[in-house]
This record gives sequence, C-alpha cells and structure tokens, in this order.
Amino acid sequence: MLEDSCLSGHSTGDYVKINIGPSHPAMHGTLRVVAWTDGETVVKADPEIGYLHRGVEKLAEAMTYHQFIPITDRLNYCSAICNNVSYEMAVEKLMGIEAPEKAQLIRVIMMELARIADHQVCVGILGVDLGAFTPFFYLIIQREEIYEIFEWYNGARLTNTFGRIGGVEADLPDDFDQRWRELRPNLIKAIDETDKLLTHNRIWMDRTIGVTTFSAEDALNWGFTGPCLRACGVKRDMRKDEPYCMYDRFDFEVPTGKHGDVFDRYMVRMREMEESIKIIDQAYKMYKELPADAPLMAKVPKAIRPPAGEVYNAIETPNGELGFFVKSDGSDKPYRLKIRPPCYMIYQAFPEMVKGEMIADLVACLSSLNVIAGELDR
Amino acid sequence: MDDWLIALIKVVFIWVWVLLIAVIMTWVERRGASMIQDRLGPNRAGPFGLLQPLADGIKLFTKEDIVPDKAKKILFSLGPILFALPAFSAYAVVPFGDKIVLGGKEIILQVSDINVGFLYVVALGSMAVYGIIVGGWASNNKYSILGGLRSTAQLISYEVPLGLALLAITLIYGTFSLREIALAQQGTFLGVFPNWGIFKQPLGFILFIVTAYAEANRVPFDLPEAESEIVSGYHTEYGSMRLGLYLFGEYVNLCTLSALIVTFYFGAWHLPYINMAAFLGPISYGIASFLVFFLKVSFFLWLFVWVRWTVPRFRYDQVMGLGWKALIPLALINLFITALAIQLTI
Amino acid sequence: MLKDMVQGCLGPLAVCMNECQGDLSVEVSKPQVLEVLRRLKDDPGLGFDFLSDLFGVDNSDLHKKKPAPKKAAGEGAADAEPEQPGPLPPRFEVIYLLLSLKTNKRLQVKVKVPEDDMTVDSATSIWKAATWPERETFDMYGIRFKGHPDLRKLLMWDEFPAHPLRKDYPLEGLGEERHLIYE
Repeated sequence: MLEDSCLSGHSTGDYVKINIGPSHPAMHGTLRVVAWTDGETVVKADPEIGYLHRGVEKLAEAMTYHQFIPITDRLNYCSAICNNVSYEMAVEKLMGIEAPEKAQLIRVIMMELARIADHQVCVGILGVDLGAFTPFFYLIIQREEIYEIFEWYNGARLTNTFGRIGGVEADLPDDFDQRWRELRPNLIKAIDETDKLLTHNRIWMDRTIGVTTFSAEDALNWGFTGPCLRACGVKRDMRKDEPYCMYDRFDFEVPTGKHGDVFDRYMVRMREMEESIKIIDQAYKMYKELPADAPLMAKVPKAIRPPAGEVYNAIETPNGELGFFVKSDGSDKPYRLKIRPPCYMIYQAFPEMVKGEMIADLVACLSSLNVIAGELDR
Repeated sequence: MDDWLIALIKVVFIWVWVLLIAVIMTWVERRGASMIQDRLGPNRAGPFGLLQPLADGIKLFTKEDIVPDKAKKILFSLGPILFALPAFSAYAVVPFGDKIVLGGKEIILQVSDINVGFLYVVALGSMAVYGIIVGGWASNNKYSILGGLRSTAQLISYEVPLGLALLAITLIYGTFSLREIALAQQGTFLGVFPNWGIFKQPLGFILFIVTAYAEANRVPFDLPEAESEIVSGYHTEYGSMRLGLYLFGEYVNLCTLSALIVTFYFGAWHLPYINMAAFLGPISYGIASFLVFFLKVSFFLWLFVWVRWTVPRFRYDQVMGLGWKALIPLALINLFITALAIQLTI
Repeated sequence: MLKDMVQGCLGPLAVCMNECQGDLSVEVSKPQVLEVLRRLKDDPGLGFDFLSDLFGVDNSDLHKKKPAPKKAAGEGAADAEPEQPGPLPPRFEVIYLLLSLKTNKRLQVKVKVPEDDMTVDSATSIWKAATWPERETFDMYGIRFKGHPDLRKLLMWDEFPAHPLRKDYPLEGLGEERHLIYE
C-alpha cells in the first residue's frame, strides 16, 4: 500500500529504498522517513508518523479539565511549560476568565525560559546531526541550569505541569533574582560560544546555507509557523501579532531570515534566545513592581464545568503556533479537544523540502525543523 | 645478537607500542572530548579513568559475537581483519627514532628501512579500503553499504593528493626511503629555517594533513561512519571484538598517519637548531630521539582529537568537491613548483 | 465587525453564524465548502489566507443527550437545526480554522457531514497545509476528502480497522494491536 503511493512515477528498480527510522540516531524520538534514493540523492521521501501516537485527544475526552494538564507536558516535551500554558489559556478563554497579572508574568518568565531551553536543544541537536558535538554540550549544560529553576519552582524538570487553569499554583520563590542573575551571563556565554563555533565556520556554512530552501509563499501555503516561518522571511510572531500574557508590553525583536534554509532557521533560533533573555528581564522587572500579595489565581470554581461552546486558543511556542480547540458540552470533561501542534504542519512539507537533496541534508533539515514526535503524533 | 633476533624484538616492540598508543588514544579521545566539552568524561576506572580502555577491551572481548543471519559469513569475518592488518603493517617502515648502539652494534630504530618505503606506505594505505568495503558489503545492510561506498570513494579520491603531496617530498629529498628522508631533515637551510619538510613544503604539508584526516575517516571527513546519517556506516552490523578491530584499526591508522606527518614534515626525531647526537651518548641519544619523535607524534594525535570535537562534518559531495576540485589541482601545482624549483637550483 | 464582513462576503452561503468567547464560527453547507474557503481567502477585506488547522468532530453524543441539555447547549454548540426533532442532525462536523495574516483575525468554518455521505471536498487545492490534517481526519473519523492527492491513514497503521476518535469507539480500544502481524 505504502509502496504503491510512494512510487508514483518511479519504478522500484531504479532507486534504493532506505528506511530511516523509527529507530535511527537522527530520527529524534520515533520518526520514520522512507526515502527513495538515487545514490545519495533523495528522490522521494515519505514521512511515516504515528509511532508515538498515544491518543491524547481521545484521552482528553475521558479526563476532567485539570487532569489533562499533565498530558500536555507530553506534547512538546522540550518546552512543556508552553504547552501547559497554551492549554490552560484555552480553557480560561472557554470559561471567560483571565489569569491575574502576576500569574501572567510568571507564565511569561517560565515560558521564555522554556523557549530558551527548547531552542538550545534544537540548535545543539542540529550541531550533533551535522557532526559538531561540542556546541551541544555548551548549550545543554545551561539548559540543565534552566531545568534547575523549573525543578525548584515546581519539582519537575521535563514534564513540568506548570500552572493551573486560571493562574499559577505558586509564586516565584524568593531567590529567583539571584538564580537568574547567575544563569543569565552563562546563558549568554553559551549562546556566544556556540555562535563562535558554528556560525562563521566554513563547513557549517557549507552544510547549512542554501540547504532545503523554502519560499515564504510555500511556507504559508503549508501552514508553517514559528521560527521555520520566520526563517523564510515572514515576520509573524503571535507574541507580537496576537498578544497574550501582556506580551505587547515587552520590548523585543522578531528575528527573521531570508531564504528559509537550515542556516536561517538556526540563526532565527539563536537570536530568539537572546530576545527571550531580554523578555525575561523585563517581565521580572514588572513582576517585582507588583505587590507581594497580588493574586496568583483568578476566581475558578473547584470543579471546572465551562459553559457549552467551543473556542480555539493558540500561543507562540518555541516551535510555532500551538493551539488548543476545546469544545465543551457543559460537563466537566471536554467534549472534543483538538491540538494543533506546530511541527505537524511543518513536517508535512518535509517531502517537498528534501526532494533532490542528499541524505545528509535530509538529516540536517529534520533537525532544523525541530520536529518533536510527542506533539507530532499526540 | 643475531640480526633476526633484533628484527623480532623491533617488530614486537613496535607492535606493542602502536597497540598501546591506540589503547591510550581511546582514553585520550574520551577525556579530551570531555575536556573540550566542559564535562568530566570517564574518570572512575583507575586514576583519571586510565583503566577505562581496559574495561572497554574486556567488554568488547566478552560480548556476544553476532553475525547477521543474511550476512556473507566469510567476508563478514574477513572485513575487520582486512582493515586492521594494513594499518599495523604500514608501521613497519615508519621510523620511531634514529638509532641506538647496544653492545657495539648499531640498531636502527625502524623495523625495516626498505628503499621503497614511500610506495609501501601509500600502497598499504589504500589497502584499508578493502576492509571497509568488504565489511560494508558483507553486512547486508543498506547503511553499511552506503558507508562502504562513501569510504571507498573518499579514500580513493584522497589517495591522489596524498600521493602527489608526498611525491613533492621525495623530489626534494631525492629518496623513497623514509629513514633517509628523516635523516635529511637535520640542520637548517637559508640560515634560519630548520631543514624540515614543513618549511620546504608548506602547501604540501597542508595538503597532506587534510588528506590524512580524510584517510583516517576522522571529522570533518567521517562520512563513512556518519552517525547521524547512516547510523554507523560500514560497521553498523558489527559488534564485540570485530567492531573492536575496526575501532582499533582506526586508531592505529591515526598513529601511522601522525608518524608519517612527523617523518615527512616535522623533522622526524630532530630538534630544531640542536644536534642531539653531538652531546648525547649512543644509548641516551637513541632514547632521546625516540622520545622526541614520540612527543611530536603525540601532538598530532592530540590534534586529531582536537579537530574532531571542533568542526562539523562535510557532506558527501562537498568532500568529493574538495578532493577533486581543490586538493588535487593544488597538489599538482605544488608538485610543479617543487620540480621547477629543484630544476632551477641544480 | 468581522461578523458582518464575513456575512457580506459569503452572503447566502453562510448557513448560520455563531460566536463563542469572541471566536466567530460560520457554518456552511457541504457542497459549497471549497467555494466558501476560496471566497474567504480571496476577499480583500478579510483575507483569510492561512489555514491554521482542519479537523473533525463527532457530535453523536451531543445528539443523544439532546433532550436534557437543550438549555445548556443554547450557546449553539452543535444543534444547528433545532426545528427538526425527527431525523438526527448530521453526525460529523469538519472544522476549518482560518487565520488572516493581515488582520490577525481568526474564523472557524464548519461543515456538517452526515453519516450516510461522508465525503467532503478536499481543501488541498487551496492550502497544501490541509494535506495531513485531512489524512488524520480520514484516519480518525472516516471522513473522506474528495480530491486529496494521497488519502492514507496517518497516525494509525494501515490495517487498523476502526476510526478511533468516533464517540462509539471505546477509550481502551478493541484490541486491534493483538492482531497486528509483524513482517
């Protein structure tokens, strides 16, 4: 069945079928690409997804609104906090409530930390997949420090289950100031060192510039969002365009690329990390100006029974637009919950992107898209 | 002492020495990587983790030896041997010191000083490709065969600039014997420069060191085993000591290549501006020359590690492009200029 | 307002419109969905040029408990035709989430899909972004998309017999994986 549709226009004898994944060092998580190659050139690539399908949307229909928060951790596990917040905001929107200012600021701080951590992993892994191991460690060591902050905030490192519907569960601990002051220069240094090791490295440039170029028009047609879209030259960031969580009050840039190649995606992520640091600084300053006893939670009933209706709410996660469509029938469980994962839309353009490129480029492209199987397969 | 006994001792010594370096190199690689990468690395087995290679060796030896069901059995076992054997044999003509006088008998610190040493080294260097292609083919795995093919193309392409770069060296020193080339690098020329290959052949040196990295399948030329692309390349299906032989062969190759770089371009056992033989006794001179040589080799071994953890990997077509479009023309130009210079000065 | 603009753009094509917490949704009839999407995309004022997502909803449970929560469902969740109590309203729904990059407005376009005619025109000719979402909707609900270039199951394996996101499919599954034959 797969063979037939895969080979439309080609005959089997002409090409070598290479099964990349689901268990392969470059297929992060459990992705699988069936590639037809002519020598080293990919003639046709067919991504097979679903190896990590856990039926999250079906599960949601059998869970109460609060019970589902931990499940959202398992979507993009590199930045679980963003998933949590996206889901919580969708339910808040459905209930017609808004989290208090302080909770929003804490969310911003944590989300931006998660964004840095996510980009660090993505850039690091891109390096590893292109054979440059060392930057990965520089970045991952600092990610570890970010995880320390998460751990000390709510006890979890990777699957944070951050926040509650209507706000956050706890205030930032007192020594966040000190922790952030310690972490900040190290983060900048790690980003800087990675930049020095990679950006102007001749081999790195050869491997990334012009590889899997994608035009802005195509990217929009394929539903790209996030860094991959910005790398194509489209200045779209939901934090600016559809502000939520007071993002309109922060001063930050939206970095864009030009050609939508691997290099641009890498550069956009690198610069976004720096912007995130700026946002955290500002958010923390605003946070400190708030009274210490400002509320952390909106008025939320114990049992959440949103009125019947359906809303879609999306936020800008490190990968792009992560949206939750929640349909309620008035009971304590969502009637239908649809997750719109960003890399799902991006990854479907993968065959188009890698057509005619080499196997090594296929790997580079995949890592630069930052496809996370958790949110891809749900 | 009989000549054959001396030869035997030299063979055993060089074999053990190379083996030892290869073993230590696995440790240096891992500790060096962790040093560069801001982490600890293996530090539990023995002081500074020095016994880690031993543990690795025991692990490799005691692991189950798996031969894939559909593999070509004979070729599958032959692969690692074909790979490791030339690596060891190449060292036979590489000097590891000048000479030592024991009991009035002068012993050359080289297994055999054959007058076609240069050809022998280049010939054996190209033999390694058989081990890789046979292993890659016999594994009956697409990644293996891809790795094998990549390696074949790469090794064959880079043989050419390697040979051309060395040819310029032989033009300058007028001999194919490695020992004579080494001996000729004593003293200075033009008054200031040591008589080393690197000063006479700067371009040749760059060509040689780049091709050496390609011949050794090291980053940035590690495409045959590019982990993120083709799993492990030609040794994907190998395990236990067969894999160990491949890894070992690689380190021995590094050792040989470093020794060649030192012999051809870095004045072998000579120190710049100092003639050790003039003020050292015959025995201590022998030891000193060995140590100097070893130190230089260690530096280049470390350089291999250093480069590996610094740069990314080339793409297949870029490797080919670099080889054919840059290195070979440069090597030809280098050879031409060298020949011209020699013609004009004589 | 957006509602009026959409109404003006679609005219009689819009069967009914709804708003929930600021999210505007417009229901259109099945045969005209492509026409509607094209109009919304090409309208200079609206310019819904970005397909954010596409998915299905199974409303059978809502219809089942219709008598009781009729009051609660007043927001207009599913029952679009309350005047016909006899035959059940169409079981499935396909929702298109559109976004205008110019105005940053969002719109939901809904299509009711009855169980006896589960074919919807594919939106892949307008947005390539619909490729996988349509495959997934086919996988999860069995809704077929006419004109889709490659309508295979996406998340479940090819031999999987059921459509798991339908409300009559049990959460714990029917044990299909036990019959999975590995090559």
